Amino acid sequence: MTDKAARAEGAAAAGQGAGAGAPARVATLTSGLDWQYAPAPQARDIVPIAAEYGLFVAGEFTPATGGRTFATINPATEEPIAQVAQAGAADVDRAVAAARDAYEHVWGPMPGAERAKYLYRIARILQERSREFAVLESIDNGKPIRETRDVDVPLAAAHFFYYAGWADKLDYAGFGPAPRALGVAGQVIPWNFPLLMAAWKLAPALAAGNTCVLKPAETTPLTALLLAQVCQQAGLPPGVVNILTGAGETGAAVVAHPGVNKVAFTGSTEVGIAINRAIAGTGKKLTLELGGKAANVVFDDAPIDQAVEGIVNGIFFNQGHVCCAGSRLLVQESVADHVVDRLRRRLQTLRLGDPLDKNTDIGAINSRPQLEKITRLAAAGEAEGAHRWSPPCELPKRGFWFAPTVFTGVSQSHRIAQEEIFGPVLSVLTFRTPQEAVTKANNTPYGLSAGIWTEKGSRILWMAQRMRAGVVWANTYNLFDPASPFGGYRESGFGREGGRHGLAAYLDV
Amino acid sequence: MSGWLGAGSIAGMAGAQVLQSQVTLSQARDWLADGAGSDAALRQLLHGLPGVDQVGAQARVAALATRSIKKDAKMAALELAITMVDLTTLEGADTPGKVSGLCAKAVRPDPADPAVPPVAAVCVYPDLVAGAKAKLAGSSVVVASVATAFPSGRASLAVKLADVADAVNAGADEIDMVIDRGAFLAGRYGQVYEEVRAVKEACGPAHLKVILETGELATLDNVSRASWLSMLAGADFIKTSTGKVSPASTPPVALVMLAAVRDFEQASGQRVGVKVAGGIRTAKDAIRYLVLVNETAGRAWLSPRLFRIGASSLLNDLLMQRRKQLTGLYAGPDYFTVD
Repeated sequence: MTDKAARAEGAAAAGQGAGAGAPARVATLTSGLDWQYAPAPQARDIVPIAAEYGLFVAGEFTPATGGRTFATINPATEEPIAQVAQAGAADVDRAVAAARDAYEHVWGPMPGAERAKYLYRIARILQERSREFAVLESIDNGKPIRETRDVDVPLAAAHFFYYAGWADKLDYAGFGPAPRALGVAGQVIPWNFPLLMAAWKLAPALAAGNTCVLKPAETTPLTALLLAQVCQQAGLPPGVVNILTGAGETGAAVVAHPGVNKVAFTGSTEVGIAINRAIAGTGKKLTLELGGKAANVVFDDAPIDQAVEGIVNGIFFNQGHVCCAGSRLLVQESVADHVVDRLRRRLQTLRLGDPLDKNTDIGAINSRPQLEKITRLAAAGEAEGAHRWSPPCELPKRGFWFAPTVFTGVSQSHRIAQEEIFGPVLSVLTFRTPQEAVTKANNTPYGLSAGIWTEKGSRILWMAQRMRAGVVWANTYNLFDPASPFGGYRESGFGREGGRHGLAAYLDV
Repeated sequence: MSGWLGAGSIAGMAGAQVLQSQVTLSQARDWLADGAGSDAALRQLLHGLPGVDQVGAQARVAALATRSIKKDAKMAALELAITMVDLTTLEGADTPGKVSGLCAKAVRPDPADPAVPPVAAVCVYPDLVAGAKAKLAGSSVVVASVATAFPSGRASLAVKLADVADAVNAGADEIDMVIDRGAFLAGRYGQVYEEVRAVKEACGPAHLKVILETGELATLDNVSRASWLSMLAGADFIKTSTGKVSPASTPPVALVMLAAVRDFEQASGQRVGVKVAGGIRTAKDAIRYLVLVNETAGRAWLSPRLFRIGASSLLNDLLMQRRKQLTGLYAGPDYFTVD
């Protein structure tokens, strides 16, 4: 029987019921309709995926020297997607040389207004091809299409638009007249927002007049390579953007290359420290955007329903793979039970599953090692005596999945209150006074972000002045805009991305 | 039972030195009945509710508006929405003939397809209730009547109660009253509370829907407060709008009201319904409201007993989309009756 016939029959049967006295359909609704959303998969054939991808060097795709490749897989199914070239030291040499040549002869001397035209063009093409990017990002990363479509891709385009506007106005950026570019930027980005992080790195660097060698994460190289195609489509001069795929050694080679003038890294604190050590004394300018263990502070006078949304958005957005995730909920003790009760109720409506389903809220964990790390830390939380809770939620058989998890009864001394989990795991702690909230919020080695929920404006300002975090959100969370600087301090790194401040990282100022 | 509004309101009520710890709904009602329903006491209670952050509420409805409802889920939603319609005509030009046509449409919305369920109710002015009642006899469709000097509510309580009595005596099953927005905005919460209580009493067995006219209350905090005030005073339904004021129903307003009935149930065990009205013309809009219901108040409200949509032209779009689901083809508007 076809779907259509089945539906017609179902409707007819219901109609017969309706004809016999009291409408059967309405009668069955005394407990409300059990309304299940049908699958709404996004078509994946909108983006052609090649079997093999080369390195993007000097405007062309080329195989790695020696021909080494590695596989990138779909974390939702564990199926291989494509083979990707693995760049070695010789490839890094080639890429840096191409970038240097472009910097000396083309991009560096080019007037800012001309550079802006290329950036605007890239931004527009990103918008035009947004659906391709959204689908590819979802397949390669495991994040839901709802997020790639509504957050990652539009924000990436917005960053190019924003910095295109700065390219011919650097004299007025507050760094004095004619600030100079640094040269070749070596940029290493993480797997949690592959396209967006590429945009955060490339857009300001190019606007300021630098050329780039970008190394995307090993598990998520595909959208950066699609962006390379966009660079070709936009007619960007060869060598201005070079993209080298590979694992940690490739990144280390980019960072250590003597031809690189500027290093920008987003990723784990361990690697950030290693990079800092590796380039000490070389004169390379460095910005690091590292881990976090942000506190999301909810006061008793908060708008509770919106705070619950903010908590959910803070820790379950992108499966919690967010450096600024609100992974510690600090809730005032007088409303703690109430808020946790609401939170649990809300989590039962989260939809976990196929990342390409338009109704999916929680996608797959990006890789097996990451899933193992999350699993290990969650087990440590239980072992240390915190109370673990997840909504009823069936995990797919294949792929890497972790149910949204809330730990209550967490103390500052628990590992899950101190270590970055980088997964959909929330630790709930309580406080009694604003001062105690500040003390607990600041009591980590990190300092990237924080959230404050209260209807009292003066308290927001009082808290924001005392929280040691680069970004403080008030009555919202995980809200990004290219005009707003982003970055942390202490073990969350240094330097700012976004806004006028983001230019300073790529200028000799 | 847990604290009924959360700590904010408990603190508010404790200010009256009545309640120090956990407050139950019946305690609150006793407290109000004992003459504490003064403006000041009600202010403490209503202003002790958690605030509503407008930006956050808008972000939430925007996210839920991206839910993609397809295939069986869409068919189920369309049929459910049909059963939730309060088919409405509220014009000065209404006549017995117009109402009669509407009643026929309500009982059998699609003459070509007997499988289409009837709508929930026909909604008319009080003087047209008797005619509608006669026409709908033997069907499951009930008659709702607006009353209390609808739509402005600018009349004395005596006149409002007479209006209600008129509609009830004519056989109205449901009364859609308006609150006195002027009194609400002036902080005379006691007056609003007493009016709703008096109207509820005058309704007798008829169900009471209380129209907040959220377009005139302006803020979501006010929507939340007016919802609680109405529910405490005995509303069976809270309703967004008269349809005579712009903006009428909006998704953020519906979100706040759905959260209010959800919380009220948690506090009291009583389920109060929600009716959205005004400006809902397409099946797509209706389905978006159903998503809000599903993911805010929950499954129990996915029933015409607890959720209604006040509309007129919406019904034909629901029928058109339903036929499209069944046949795969769009029929033109002239294949559906205009009453």
